[in-house]
Amino acid sequence: MHIVVFTRSTPDTAAKVEVDAGGAVTWGDAATVVNPWDEYALEEAIVQAKNAGGKTTVIAVGPEMHNDALKHGLAMGMDSAMRVWEDGLTETDSLTYATIAAAAVQKLGDVSLVIFGRESVDVGTDQHVYQTARKLGWPMLSFVSKIRAVDHAAGTITVERLLEEGKEVVTSRLPAVISVVKDINEPRYPSFIGIRKASKAEIPVLTSADLGVTLPAATTRVVAYRNLPARETQVEMITGTPEEQARILVDRLQEENVL
Amino acid sequence: MSAVYVWIETFQGRAQPGSWEALGAASKLGLPVVALVFGKDASAIAQEAARYGAERCLVSEDATLESYRLEPYAALLSKLVQDNRPRLVLASATLRGRELLAASAADTNCALLSDVMTFEVNDGTVTATRAAYAGKVLSDVEATGETVFLTLRGRAFKAQAANEAASAQIETVEPVLAEAKIATKIEGFEAEAGGVNLSDAAIIVSGGRGMANNPKPAPPDAADAAVWKAQDGFKNTLQPLADVLGGAVGASRAAVDAGYISYAHQVGQTGKTVSPELYIACGISGAIQHQAGMRSSRIIVAINKDADAPIFKIARYGLVGDLYEIVPALTAELKRRLGK
Ligand SMILES: Cc1cc2nc3c(=O)[nH]c(=O)nc-3n(C[C@H](O)[C@H](O)[C@H](O)COP(=O)(O)OP(=O)(O)OC[C@H]3O[C@@H](n4cnc5c(N)ncnc54)[C@H](O)[C@@H]3O)c2cc1C
Ligand SMILES: Nc1ncnc2c1ncn2[C@@H]1O[C@H](COP(=O)(O)O)[C@@H](O)[C@H]1O
Repeated sequence: MHIVVFTRSTPDTAAKVEVDAGGAVTWGDAATVVNPWDEYALEEAIVQAKNAGGKTTVIAVGPEMHNDALKHGLAMGMDSAMRVWEDGLTETDSLTYATIAAAAVQKLGDVSLVIFGRESVDVGTDQHVYQTARKLGWPMLSFVSKIRAVDHAAGTITVERLLEEGKEVVTSRLPAVISVVKDINEPRYPSFIGIRKASKAEIPVLTSADLGVTLPAATTRVVAYRNLPARETQVEMITGTPEEQARILVDRLQEENVL
Repeated sequence: MSAVYVWIETFQGRAQPGSWEALGAASKLGLPVVALVFGKDASAIAQEAARYGAERCLVSEDATLESYRLEPYAALLSKLVQDNRPRLVLASATLRGRELLAASAADTNCALLSDVMTFEVNDGTVTATRAAYAGKVLSDVEATGETVFLTLRGRAFKAQAANEAASAQIETVEPVLAEAKIATKIEGFEAEAGGVNLSDAAIIVSGGRGMANNPKPAPPDAADAAVWKAQDGFKNTLQPLADVLGGAVGASRAAVDAGYISYAHQVGQTGKTVSPELYIACGISGAIQHQAGMRSSRIIVAINKDADAPIFKIARYGLVGDLYEIVPALTAELKRRLGK
């Protein structure tokens, strides 16, 4: 069984992100890390491939900064990595992304499961996953909190999905695309040997021509990034006994019309 | 004149309230508003959609569409879009709304702008504002093409007041996929006890690691005293406050990771992003990753025993003290004032 994980690098979640005078998004000298959601995807791929006796490939779409995430995947124990990119692509257009991501999976040829993180914590579009599934023409199971069974003979996968209203159990035909949430596992830390091996890995970069696909013209673009308007909150500290605090707070909330 | 399609999300025969917000946004554009209602009791929900601004409704109650599944829903939505080329396709940016519209936009090669907070339709373009980098910055985005798909952030748009006299023209549409062609099968569903719908809640009461400092003694047979205390606090201290306010209970990641409450309640960068009218943070320090999920709430109240906790920097009202004294006092005061 060949399992693919898609991942990207994102600024560290504790970084102070802002828009500089030139309109670019910056996060100072904070590190880029593997998108936190994708650690669960990587862990699950490694475990499932081990159970089934399969292999794993981690793929990023985008410029060189995404090598960090790929190396993290290799260090955790993914078998191989690949980056897909060419000059002139916009990283923010999801149709472009989905077309090239699907082509990369097709190119590998023997993939039966694609695993995504739930969303990227930086751009957070939550749309790459579904669009890649549709471009592949494969069924999509989002928000998977547990893989119950992979039945190779029947060519099916049964999962639990975590939805707002509760837990749904679904069976799907393979090949399939899934996205996973943090309940699914406890991601491992890369081992020292893993990190050393990953740091030496040469990661191949493939273009749309290599993948034999024609990309659509981008239909969306980011016009500008802006800083948030300053929250004009002047905090009002409410003091007194708990009963007095409660009474004053309820007065204020009634004045604010929120009750 | 090309129309605005609005997908009305339903669950077990009931409409999701964010769908009425999407109809409200659609009704402001001066274009014909068409509601799409699929699944259980779609015809009855279509009548309801008419009261919230739909002029026409396309409905299907076919068995393959009974409860939401991506494949049959996307196949039908994509066919309707391909055949009729609406100017816009809207839905609330819920889990299902984001998934369905992304899939259908990919099928039809149309632009998609997700989770937008404002938008404007111009001659050749649609422009919108959305949050990026976990809400740390805003991005202005633009989409081109004959049809543009948009998912709308919950509570960022207003539903119209229901007009009981309104009615819509209702047409039945046929599903595209037969059951045999659908690769997924729902085997079962277990509802979350109490139900958590943070995205729709107008008021959220959240608890953090501070919940473990419950003065109530844990029973001797509790596996872990701190966990028992915190769980008891969520159930018997926070939930009653949420109940009297008609709100939902949220949590910090520290509380979820420690096993105090389930992940479905987590607010923040790796949990849910919420923007209720009122957010009450109890025993939460206000780490940047927590703020990422709740800083756009209209009014933030912080209850924390540490006057230097960062949560006070983004709060409108700050109460320094023990949450196990303040929260019960607040619940009692509200019961008195709201006459409950
Ligand atoms: C990749 C990544 C993603 C993350 N995603 C999230 C996320 O989605 N959501 C999230 O919340 N966090 C997230 N975090 C974690 C975040 O950094 C913090 O660790 C977490 O929010 C802290 O939770 P807390 O405020 O409950 O706990 P603490 O920081 O320990 O704060 C507890 C607070 O309770 C107060 N307190 C204690 N007892 C009482 C009492 N009796 N009465 C009143 N106050 C009391 C204390 O003064 C303290 O301020 C993430 C971290 C990382 C690295
Ligand atoms: N540039 C990228 N390269 C590879 N995978 C990505 C990229 N961006 C997003 N993903 C994957 O898509 C998931 C959802 O991202 P998003 O749709 O951006 O919220 C992430 O968790 C990753 O698994």
